[in-house]
Amino acid sequence: MADPVSSQNKRDIKTSILPGLAAAWPICLGYVPIGLAFGVLAQKAGLYSIEITMMSILVFAGSSQFIAVSMLSAGAGAVPVIITTFAVNLRHLLMSSSLAVFLGDSTRKKLSLFAYGVTDESFAVNYTRFSQKNWNLSQALVVNHTANLTWVISSVIGGYSGRFIHENAFGIDYALTAMFICLLIFQLKGRFYVITAVISGIVAVILSLIIPGSSYIILASVIAPTMVFAIKKWGLR
Amino acid sequence: MIRPEIVWIILGMGLVTYLPRWFPLVFLSRRNLPVWVVEWLDLIPAAILSALLLPELVTSDTHRHMALWQPKLWVAIPTFIFALKTKSLGGTVIVGMALFWLVQSIA
Repeated sequence: MADPVSSQNKRDIKTSILPGLAAAWPICLGYVPIGLAFGVLAQKAGLYSIEITMMSILVFAGSSQFIAVSMLSAGAGAVPVIITTFAVNLRHLLMSSSLAVFLGDSTRKKLSLFAYGVTDESFAVNYTRFSQKNWNLSQALVVNHTANLTWVISSVIGGYSGRFIHENAFGIDYALTAMFICLLIFQLKGRFYVITAVISGIVAVILSLIIPGSSYIILASVIAPTMVFAIKKWGLR
Repeated sequence: MIRPEIVWIILGMGLVTYLPRWFPLVFLSRRNLPVWVVEWLDLIPAAILSALLLPELVTSDTHRHMALWQPKLWVAIPTFIFALKTKSLGGTVIVGMALFWLVQSIA
């Protein structure tokens, strides 16, 4: 008789780990240069390696980590840094709300573990697969934690040796941009989605030019769907 | 070396980042949301992706002025067409990187 544990493991590898890794690799490719850059900057700002590691493990949100490091090196105190982090990462509230629609039958424990890894990138990849109906929470967890591991390892390496690595080797700086382009196309499922994307893009550009910080992302992501929703309900009959 | 004040800042950052990620997953997923909320949420991913992408392509790195004359925008056009035709995520990433590398090497 086959050992039930090892056959269970084999099944997990086939059904969750391999599909998860197949979905996660574009994210990982994009995280490597950003993680390295973060490590280098954090070290230059005076953070110790263990502090850099801790931040990448506990926060795991790229742009807010960059902002926090630059604020810390400018002498900012704990409260402004934490409030800014909150504001920058509030957009995950919308992403988790969108993902929640697909996760009704999941345990609280698994959801809490999954929540930790919700980023712009993992959200976009997982949301696309969930909405194509061929995805489950275990596979999504593999995506989140593979991405997280890549982020932590590359920021640690950056902290030690980033200055030796050539910037933009093989166009790697463009990996996440290209990924977002393709994921946006997956979301354009009809004319209302296209209108939403166009309005959101324009609003985001305008707001990014006139207000400081990255609040333009969350503002545009709320304004555009609300406008389109109103058009859909009361405008076009 | 590790400094307690930095550890407290990191813990605070971790908490305020985790809560917005966690709250909707645990509290919205068990509820039957009204149809209009689901319809509204359904439009949000397209909006988020566009809001992340477009400012990155048409403004300068410091995000404070328009900059249309830059490789990231030119490369986005063939990358967009490739993605539209193939619907391949991995392929789009590879093609985008290769084009960007090429343009940067020439420029």
